[in-house]
Amino acid sequence: MAAVCFMVTMVLYFVATMSFLAYLLRRSEALSNVSLAITAVGFISHTVALVIRMVEVSSTVPPSFSDALSFFSWMIILVFVLVEFRHRIHVLGSFMVPLALVSLVSSAALPETVPTLQPVFKTLWFHVTLSMLGTVGFTVAFVAGVMYLIQDRLLKSKQFNVLYSKLPALDFLDHLNQQSIVLGFPLLTLGIVTGAISAEFARGSYVSWNPEQIWALVTWVFYFVVLLGRLTVGWRAKRAAYLTVIGFACVILTLVGVVLKET
Amino acid sequence: MHLIVVGLSHKTAPVEIRERLAVPESRLGEALTRLRSYSGVKEGILLSTCNRVEVYSVVDDVETGYGRIQEFLADTHLSLSSEQLTPHLYWHTGDRAIGHLFRVAASLDSMIIGESQILGQLKGAFEVALAHKTTGVIMNKVVKKAISVAKRVRTETKIAEMAVSVSYAAVELAKKIFSDLHEKTVLLVGAGEMAKLAARHLIAHGVRHVRITTRTPQHAVDLAAKFGGTAVPFDQFKDDMASADIVLVSTGAAHYLVGAEDVRRAVEERMNRPMFLIDISVPRNIDPAVRHVDNAFLFDIDDLTQRVEQNRAGRVQEAEKAERMVLEEVTIMLDWMKSLEVTPTIVALRSHVDDLKRAEVDKVLTRLPHLSLQDRELVEGLASSIVNKLIHRTMVTLKAEVNSSNGPAFVEAARRFFSLDQPAASVQQIEPSRESPRYHPESAAESGAEDPVSETSVRKRAR
Repeated sequence: MAAVCFMVTMVLYFVATMSFLAYLLRRSEALSNVSLAITAVGFISHTVALVIRMVEVSSTVPPSFSDALSFFSWMIILVFVLVEFRHRIHVLGSFMVPLALVSLVSSAALPETVPTLQPVFKTLWFHVTLSMLGTVGFTVAFVAGVMYLIQDRLLKSKQFNVLYSKLPALDFLDHLNQQSIVLGFPLLTLGIVTGAISAEFARGSYVSWNPEQIWALVTWVFYFVVLLGRLTVGWRAKRAAYLTVIGFACVILTLVGVVLKET
Repeated sequence: MHLIVVGLSHKTAPVEIRERLAVPESRLGEALTRLRSYSGVKEGILLSTCNRVEVYSVVDDVETGYGRIQEFLADTHLSLSSEQLTPHLYWHTGDRAIGHLFRVAASLDSMIIGESQILGQLKGAFEVALAHKTTGVIMNKVVKKAISVAKRVRTETKIAEMAVSVSYAAVELAKKIFSDLHEKTVLLVGAGEMAKLAARHLIAHGVRHVRITTRTPQHAVDLAAKFGGTAVPFDQFKDDMASADIVLVSTGAAHYLVGAEDVRRAVEERMNRPMFLIDISVPRNIDPAVRHVDNAFLFDIDDLTQRVEQNRAGRVQEAEKAERMVLEEVTIMLDWMKSLEVTPTIVALRSHVDDLKRAEVDKVLTRLPHLSLQDRELVEGLASSIVNKLIHRTMVTLKAEVNSSNGPAFVEAARRFFSLDQPAASVQQIEPSRESPRYHPESAAESGAEDPVSETSVRKRAR
């Protein structure tokens, strides 16, 4: 049952992705509503799938990397829907929905046997959720950064094309970038702290220097520097966009490395 | 009776000619009275703005009319000879004259297509003409129609929204850099017309803080008062640049006033907050090397024009829609003008009463089958003589007044009294038992005393 729902979700996200990409290239605004509707239906089916899966494995946390990626994809759509609801930036969908699709497809490609956590952490839903929400924040920052760099390039080269007209103002994108990190960073921090405390209780040591923990700490330090730079020496606008894009790419690459090693 | 227009606009004449010919509002009345004094000029209205000087007039003869108006225009400014003027003039009559007026009113002929100022200027010119009684039936009707066409174009097309202008392009670009202009500061360096217009547009879109600098300190102070801003000394404006989100430069300087290094410093001081620089000056006042400074976005006049052209291309449809509307309205107007000619009116009146008479006589005669041929002729003769006596005065008056300035008014009145334009006026529909169907209470109520032909009746006629 869960598998059917996941399949349906994947198909819907795929259609939504295509529709959102077509929206990006066409002058008409009509496609945005269609794309949004498909995404919404996909999101509902995704939610159902996740709930069924949760009951099946009788766990509140994703038991495998595959499940974690699916959950991550779900959260990306959730955040997109929230931001869309608040700011009405349809074009965000053209970037976020494909990411969610990639995440969901990778989830399907991975065997369900790769574990994310030792059994002791299985009840630590808040640790998992917080860390992942933090990462979703960085994902939004990354998307805002990419959009910023594109718009910056279009403005500098005076290419007033369809993409130019659809992308929002630079300072909005910079603001979105900042907000995502400002929200994502404390969430990740909390996620790491709760994880460390649980580790202390379970194993008697805060850190065990496994790849997952190293990955988390490196990410934390990187975004700490990015945030600090913005607040103190004016690392905003183009530089912030570059940093979040590069940072996110590194983070994802590291993660992929870790996963591949585990499989 | 012909409607003509003679004039020049930004499309045909340079600003040096236009500004010499322009008639200030205070002298408009006097000019109109002079215009009316030319023989053969029945009605006239003078539209004088910074982009055009046009005389719309109703004249007896088109060719002499053209000559008279040209004479009038040349006389308006003594330093301008007729020879100097002629190459810049355009002449239109009939549908082209009406079409021209409609296009002007709808801002399709404006330098900034879709701008709304022209409509107000036309209304103003019309009011002055009304006050000096230089308009009559035709002019009143045509100008009122032009105003309503302009309003129609405004509401039914997007032409006004787009206002394809350089300053609009500047605002649009600003909005792609700053999502909210309310807390933004604009620095005006120099005060060319375009820069002032752009600044006004930016203020209209929310910019609240305006700083102004000009070479003449007093000028900056005056402008600052006008825009509700602050004057900045000219030699200090570069230090002030960091506080400005938008910098609008338009001075007459022949060299770069702002270099890449100045902008780099300003952006640094702003902690990398983006800066939007607009250089409307020709030759340019901002070093193009500023393009390579991160977070500074420089656009010169050519970039803005390019943007305008794209807007124009993207919205051609709207303009076409507006042009179609104008054409449609011109046709309606022409039909009305044709109806004002005397001969067709007399013919129509004649056939109208003949139809009436025929119908009534036939009706009576079918009820009186016993009448002899002689009696029947007598009845018919009676009807004819009543009808002829009834319309006799009207016919005579129409023929007599045909060439007077009130001619169209009489024709109009006759057509109205005898309902010559009502399509429903076919004789068959007249039934004796009812009140005369020719009487339309609603159309009678519509026609205001000052406006003998309401728009609705013109529309009805056109259907």
